[in-house]
Amino acid sequence: MNIMLLALSAALINNVVLSQFLGICAFLGVSKKSRSAVGMGFAVTFVLTLASLVCGIIYHFLLVPFGLEYLKTIAFILIVAALVQFVEMFLKKFVKSLYDALGIYLPLITTNCAVLGVALLNVQKDYDILTGTVYGFFTAIGFLISIAILSYIREKMEFNNVPKAFQGFPIVMITAALMSIAFFGFSSF
Amino acid sequence: MTDKKDKPLERIWNGIYVENPVFCLILGMCPTLATTTSATNAIGMGLSTTAILVASNLMISLLKGIIPNRMRIPSYIVIIASFVTIVEFLMEGFFPSVYAALGIYIPLIVVNCIIMGRAEAYAGKKGPVESIFDGLGMGLGFTLALLLIGSVREIVGAGTVFGIRITPAAYEPVNIFILAPGAFLVMAFFVAVMNKLKIGAARRTGWDPTENGCSDCSSCARHSVCGGKKAVSGEEAGMKEVQA
Repeated sequence: MNIMLLALSAALINNVVLSQFLGICAFLGVSKKSRSAVGMGFAVTFVLTLASLVCGIIYHFLLVPFGLEYLKTIAFILIVAALVQFVEMFLKKFVKSLYDALGIYLPLITTNCAVLGVALLNVQKDYDILTGTVYGFFTAIGFLISIAILSYIREKMEFNNVPKAFQGFPIVMITAALMSIAFFGFSSF
Repeated sequence: MTDKKDKPLERIWNGIYVENPVFCLILGMCPTLATTTSATNAIGMGLSTTAILVASNLMISLLKGIIPNRMRIPSYIVIIASFVTIVEFLMEGFFPSVYAALGIYIPLIVVNCIIMGRAEAYAGKKGPVESIFDGLGMGLGFTLALLLIGSVREIVGAGTVFGIRITPAAYEPVNIFILAPGAFLVMAFFVAVMNKLKIGAARRTGWDPTENGCSDCSSCARHSVCGGKKAVSGEEAGMKEVQA
């Protein structure tokens, strides 16, 4: 499989948020300020890459040999939850500066469906461990790109006069719809 | 000790209208947007989520005296994931076409904020009967919301409902409504209409329609993680950084 094509497809063409609707909660919830949005984006990149690697290893070396594929949902969600805890503890102890930057976003990632979604997609698409990890990394880059763009637009939108019923959530959704149309352009060249 | 708020009918009405998980609490956005490409998919997603919600609410409510407080989040996750696996098998066996259409969104019910949110906000504190009806109400509210969005998208985007053609032959379907952008657009207009209806009620109850969701923090799935501390939500933390 051509890695470049896989990367491009994961990050832009099949954008995780705008065309697959994974990680919408974080996408809408933490995009008010560009600073926190970018922080969240990097935290997701970090955890998602690690989670696709660990889930891939567990799936190929533990679940498949014992014929336990049907337990993958339970196994993956526990791996993600445990991984987030470990990453948090590790960063707090050894990489204090990174912890200060990403710390508050880490616990929120357990409930981010992009992480579990990519782990499951890797199984569904029959990717080996390396391909799966690359796919996870570039999917997360796609998340970072879209949450960053949305947060920049939302910061500008603060100065606009939005109809009362559309204030808050609805106008953000319309922005996301327009972004989604724009990202659609990637799939047709 | 069941007060008026825990009556079965009240719970169901609460889930369908007062605290509708999709339109009011803005929870469970991923399945709401992803699986509403047609009315059939919407119903399939809604009903499987309802089944899991009722079962996990009952189980968590029965086990609430046994699960230690500090271990409750991992325990809830395992309980929910087990029911999701069961439902996954049932759907694969009995409704293979819906199962194929919904794809990875079936196992992703595990991270549906609504289920974790109800476990945390309701089932972990109340008795089994009330919890069943709470799950049923929330599940039906979710199903109805999905059905509404799915029908609108299917009518506008394909001219059909449940696969049956209802628009005249001269109508050219607006294809984009069954594609990704249509999901965001339809959802935006539904919430805007809901906001319009609730702006009057806002003055009485103090509910702020410009906030994302209702004011009650405890019904949010993130509540289990942030524990009600506002700074953890990221937004406030970001703001503090900017102010500092």
